[in-house]
Amino acid sequence: MMQSDQSADKRPWALLSPSLFAITILVVIPMAFILVYSFYENVDLAVDRVTFQFGNWQEVMTDGYYHTAIWKTLRLSVIVTVLAAILGYIPAYFIAMTKFRDKWLLLLLLILPFWISFIIRTLSWIHIFGNQGALNGLFRLLGLTDAPLSLMYNEFTVIIGFIHVFLPYMILNIYVSLEGIDENLEPAARTLGATPWQAFREVTLPLSMPGLAAGCLLVFVLTGGSYVTPLILGGPGDFLFGNLIYDAVVSELNWPMGATLSFTLLFLLGLVVVLYSRLMGLNQLSKAFR
Amino acid sequence: MARVELINIQKSYGSVQAVKNANVVFEEGSFTTLLGPSGCGKTTILRMVSGLADPTNGDIVVGGKRINNVPIHKRNLGLVFQNYALFPHRTIGENIAFGLKYRGVSKSDAQEKVRHSLDIVRLPGVEDRYPQQLSGGQQQRIALARAIVIEPDVLLLDEPLSALDANLREDMRVELKAIQDRIGVTTIFVTHDQSEALAMSDKIVVMSAGVVEQIGAPDEVYNTPASEFVATFLGASNLLPATVAGRNETGVIMETPEFGKTCVPVARSITLGDAAKGQLMIRAENLHLTKASITKIDSANAVVEAVDYQGQLARYFVRIGNTQLQAINMISGRPFSAGDKVNVSLIPEECSALPANDT
Repeated sequence: MMQSDQSADKRPWALLSPSLFAITILVVIPMAFILVYSFYENVDLAVDRVTFQFGNWQEVMTDGYYHTAIWKTLRLSVIVTVLAAILGYIPAYFIAMTKFRDKWLLLLLLILPFWISFIIRTLSWIHIFGNQGALNGLFRLLGLTDAPLSLMYNEFTVIIGFIHVFLPYMILNIYVSLEGIDENLEPAARTLGATPWQAFREVTLPLSMPGLAAGCLLVFVLTGGSYVTPLILGGPGDFLFGNLIYDAVVSELNWPMGATLSFTLLFLLGLVVVLYSRLMGLNQLSKAFR
Repeated sequence: MARVELINIQKSYGSVQAVKNANVVFEEGSFTTLLGPSGCGKTTILRMVSGLADPTNGDIVVGGKRINNVPIHKRNLGLVFQNYALFPHRTIGENIAFGLKYRGVSKSDAQEKVRHSLDIVRLPGVEDRYPQQLSGGQQQRIALARAIVIEPDVLLLDEPLSALDANLREDMRVELKAIQDRIGVTTIFVTHDQSEALAMSDKIVVMSAGVVEQIGAPDEVYNTPASEFVATFLGASNLLPATVAGRNETGVIMETPEFGKTCVPVARSITLGDAAKGQLMIRAENLHLTKASITKIDSANAVVEAVDYQGQLARYFVRIGNTQLQAINMISGRPFSAGDKVNVSLIPEECSALPANDT
């Protein structure tokens, strides 16, 4: 009896060990290197002095430029998350409630875009919003404009690009939650006197919160950590914190600064996750994946 | 409380007819059971009364008013679902008060009504708990309380006992009936369980493949089945092909190779009409086995082929010539065993005559 209990205690660790090993080798150790880098000093392009100093950290803490970037990132992430939640709930609800027999087809359509690189999907907006794009072509055709309107490279297109790429994550999360709700609950509310809208608001919406919350967290963190979409679809002012990291590492070849900024972003997004799960209850989030 | 009438109700899903031309009256304050195997259309009827499904044809009349076009939330019906359908994110108190919110009941009145309905289902003081903290039987009671607290015109029960385990089911059966008696609400109960139907109902509507086979009081349906389906679905029956050997003022004389001439009472041969051929129906519990040495009238010699021992009862499979019959007898002394030669007797007054099997 004792023996089997003990072996049962160890079994989860035994099962986890391959992934723990992979995470250690591929994530924890490389990140430790990056952390160490953040204390080095960059003396010239790609020339670092191995030392232990807080100069990089001090710069990030005090320079207003970085604070602006944090604020911009936070703001855009919130906008994208809220829009994705509203736009994502409707198709998720439809897929969950439809009596359509081949529901899997709808879900397949949802994940179909994942088969195309998201950079290509993002670039495709140039063909819609660009000067030679579909919209300008249409406007010209209708005789609305003579010269092409500049629709691209602003915050709006960045938001569109983000929603386009992240919406499936939101829909899938909400869908899973809705799918788990007992299909008799809404009818039960109806027979008790609730209108369709009241039944949705009182029963379905609160019960789908775990999925909605998980989807929101996912989209928020994914948006907050990205840099490619603003790079492709944004103007010079539409940068996120991730773009600063990209610039530091790729353009300025200042790896110590890039390392510092990376950890700053990691810390901030980690903080969001922790606060969020405190607020929503972590068990609420795990429910969505059950 | 209200009388419910289904007039020529039809429901089709594409080419499938789930309910074919049903005419049923549910008397005010009565307990009526829709009984039948799964897919017979009984749940479809319940869903149509509640508004969750629309009839393809026909009228649903509640309390003298046609309600076909009344939306679900305005019908004032209490529906108890098979899986209870309690709101998991609401407390028991909030669950029960849910319907009161839409009826303009004040908070304090609602509290009082919730308390009262919990008393009725004999589960007081659980207002602040959540559904998943209660057992299946308790959740069942809450679902019932939630349905009756709104004082519905009609109480609709969709197999409410089928998710409970056997012992609890029998207790709840008695209790459910007692509650219905007390509040006197017109009740439509859907089940596939014949013993539930027989024990609880004022009237049973037996359905098969979308057709209402028979409507009647439990003993009526059991003793004088209107069709072969009803005879075989309710209880265990033996159906023997028979020819009509004559008719007199007491009944119809049915002649079978096994038992010779049996005079079935007029009241038990209504559906036979004046056909020349029919079937003699003998309930398994009305076939009595005795030792082969004792020969009674209306009897035949038989051999016991198998015994299904059930404690106070035994179910015997006996063979007379080429016919196998079922008999369920109380055991007095020692039960017969397979291979025993026995005498099988029937009482003509307990038999029924049914139309011949066409197929």
